[in-house]
Amino acid sequence: MIVFDKVTKIYSDNSKALEKVSFEVGHGEFLSIVGQSGAGKSTLLKLILVEDEPSDGQVLFDKVNVHELPRRELPHLRRRIGCIFQDFRLLPDKTAFENISFAMEAAGRSDAEIEADVPHALDLVGLKQKIWSFPREMSGGEKQRVAIARAIVNQPDLIIADEPTGNLDPLNTFEIVQILKKINDLGTTVILTTHNKGVIDSLKKRVITLENGRITRDDEHGKYVL
Amino acid sequence: MMRSGFIGFWRNGTVSLAAIFAMLITLSVVGALMVGNVFLSSFLETVKEKVDVTLYFTIDAQEPDILALKKSLETLPEVNRVEYVTREQALLAFRERHKDDAVMLAALEEVGGNPLRASLNIKAKELSQYESVSKFLEGDTALSPGGENIIEKVNYRQNKIVIERMNTILSYTRRVGATIALTLAIMSIMVTVNTISLALYTARDEISVMKLVGAGNNLVRGPFMMQGAMYGIVSAILAAALLYPATFWLGRSTESAFGGLNIFAYYVADFGRLFLSLLGLGIALGIVSSFVALSRYLKV
Repeated sequence: MIVFDKVTKIYSDNSKALEKVSFEVGHGEFLSIVGQSGAGKSTLLKLILVEDEPSDGQVLFDKVNVHELPRRELPHLRRRIGCIFQDFRLLPDKTAFENISFAMEAAGRSDAEIEADVPHALDLVGLKQKIWSFPREMSGGEKQRVAIARAIVNQPDLIIADEPTGNLDPLNTFEIVQILKKINDLGTTVILTTHNKGVIDSLKKRVITLENGRITRDDEHGKYVL
Repeated sequence: MMRSGFIGFWRNGTVSLAAIFAMLITLSVVGALMVGNVFLSSFLETVKEKVDVTLYFTIDAQEPDILALKKSLETLPEVNRVEYVTREQALLAFRERHKDDAVMLAALEEVGGNPLRASLNIKAKELSQYESVSKFLEGDTALSPGGENIIEKVNYRQNKIVIERMNTILSYTRRVGATIALTLAIMSIMVTVNTISLALYTARDEISVMKLVGAGNNLVRGPFMMQGAMYGIVSAILAAALLYPATFWLGRSTESAFGGLNIFAYYVADFGRLFLSLLGLGIALGIVSSFVALSRYLKV
C-alpha cells in the first residue's frame, strides 16, 4: 500500500533527516516506527501527507507517486488518510461534534450522513457524552479520542498516528493504543510513531527502528530496542 | 459555509471587533468623501449660477437691435442662456430694491423719465468660457449691429479678476480634494487588509488542520470570506449611522457658511445610494482582503 523507495530528505541547513529509506507497508498492517527525537520519524510521516517534498527517491500510495500529484488532487489523497497528532490539533473554536463534522464536510458528505456518523464515531472512542464540549473543556485523553474519531470518521484506508500518546498518562496511553488496535482489527492500516517502550512491547506488531535518518532494524514482531 | 462563517464571526469576538473598526474607518472616510463631493458639486453649481456677464446698452439703443444681438449671442456654443432685461424691467427692479430708501427714490424722481439702461444677462456653460464670450462682445461685428455702437459697457472687465480667481480656486479644490481622497482611501484599505491578515494569523493552525483533514482550498476559504463579508456589512451599517450625527452637526455651520446649502440635507436625500455604495464596498473589501490574506496560509 505504502512504498518508500530510497527516500532522502535533506533540509536547507544540510542536515539529513532521512537517508535512502526504503520499506513497504501492506494493507491492514500495523506498523510502529520508533527512534529518538530527530531520528526522522515526523519527516517520514510528513512525506506521506505531502506536507513536505523528498530531496530524492519516491513515496508511493497505492502505486501512485504522491509527490507528483497535482495540487488540487491533494485533498482527495488526504481524505484517504486519517491523522492523529501528539498535540491533538483540534480546532479550538469548534465543539467535538463540529471538529469531526468538519472532516466530513471536507470530504463532501451530506448533512444527514454527518448527523448519523459523528455520534457513531464518538461512540467508538467512548466519548458520546462529550459531543457538545469544546476542546478546552476536555482532558488530554479525551481530546486525543476526539482526534481519533475525526481521523476515522471518513473510513480512511490509512491512519497515521504521530506520537499520539506523547502527552498522555499511562492509563490514557493504554486506552488510546487499544482504540488504535481496534481500528486496525477492523481492517484499516495504521502507522504509529512513538517513544513509548510499553506501547511497542504490548502491541507485538511490526517495528521499524530509525537512527539518524536510517533504518537500523525492521522486526516482524518487534520489541523496543535502541 | 454560511453557518460556519457566522459561527466564526461570533466566537472570535475581539478579532471581529478589530477588523470591523478598521473597515469602519475606511468606510467612514469613503462615505464622508461621497457626501462631501455631492455637496461640493452642488456648491459649485450655485456659484456658477451667480457668475454672469452683463451687457449694458446705451439709452437710445433700439429694441430690434438688442434682440438681434441676443439672437447672435445665443448661437455661440459657449453660451448657456441669455436674458433680456428691458429698461422698464430694470426700473421696476430698481424701485423694488430701493423701496425703503427714500433718498434713492427721490433722486430717481429728480432725474425724471427712466435713466436706466436695458441689459443682456449672459450665462456661459463653463466658468472658463466667459473669457471667449467677452472677446466676442469686444469684436467689431458684435458691437455694431446697426452700424453704430449701442453697447454702453460690458461688466466682464470688472468681474474678470473675481471670475478668474474663482476658477483657479475651484479647480485646485477639486484636484487637492481628489488627491487627498485617493490617499486616504488607499491608506485605509491597506489598514483593513492588514488587520484581517492579523485576524487570520491566529487562524493559521486551524487552516493547516483543515488542509490536513482533506479540505480543498474553497472549503477553507468559504467561511473566512463569509466572515470578511460580515465585517463589511456591519461596518457599512455603522459608518452610515455615524454619518448621521456628523452631517447633522456640520449641517448648521454649512448652512450659514455656504448660503443656505445644508450638507445634512444631502445626506438624507442621498441616503439610499450612499448606503448601498458603502455596503457594496464593505462586502467587496471584506471578501477581497480575506482572500488576499488567506492565500498566504493555503500553501500547505
